[in-house]
Amino acid sequence: MIQWAADVSMLVIGVSLLLSLWRVLIGPSVPDRMAALDAATANVIAGIVVFAIRDDTLDYIDSALVIALLSFVGTVAVAKFLAKGVIIERDSD
Amino acid sequence: MNPLILRTSVRIHLYLLTLFSFYLLIRGHNEPGGGFIAGLLTASAMVLQALAFDARYASSLVPVREQTLIGLGLLLAVGTGVASMLFGRPFLDHVFHHTFLPFLGEVELASAVVFDIGVYLVVVGVAKWTILTVATGRAGQSGPGS
Repeated sequence: MIQWAADVSMLVIGVSLLLSLWRVLIGPSVPDRMAALDAATANVIAGIVVFAIRDDTLDYIDSALVIALLSFVGTVAVAKFLAKGVIIERDSD
Repeated sequence: MNPLILRTSVRIHLYLLTLFSFYLLIRGHNEPGGGFIAGLLTASAMVLQALAFDARYASSLVPVREQTLIGLGLLLAVGTGVASMLFGRPFLDHVFHHTFLPFLGEVELASAVVFDIGVYLVVVGVAKWTILTVATGRAGQSGPGS
């Protein structure tokens, strides 16, 4: 039962990932592509966790945690580059 | 622009990322993890501080010169390898020992942890160097937004 549920959720996550990829490809502006990449990262995390549930193991949870923490860094860096043009300042304000 | 939300959440992220990197560092010798990925996580915590605040604050979080960090890390990693040669074993051979510590129970002390700590120090030193170089080399130039 749990295997069947995990398979169905992975299918749904895959469809969602494809939709995010479509937005990344056709996105008219850079913030659109960035938001789509962030959504794709959330889908990847969900896929990893569902895969861990399906295999009944805890080994993949750590990689999901690492991706969740690091995708935040990437999104913030791109957002700051788009807003200010400088990613890391020497002295702030 | 006043990034109040970013700066508040980044303070919490600093503790989360550093704690998780230490967790990966000390268990890395026989489970997924290790010095390299732990160093990368600490480096990303520093990059996040540099994004939200500035490079001077981020590099003041690790109050050691980056050359000292890299040299000390390389010395630890190579020293672990050479130390096994002093006992007539091959280069980089490791040894572990089960012992009993108060409040912790039975733990496994492995010499591979020292090698991992050396790799960790090298990665953190290179990350600090990179942050300072990016901040001082590109400061003042404008991006596509302006």
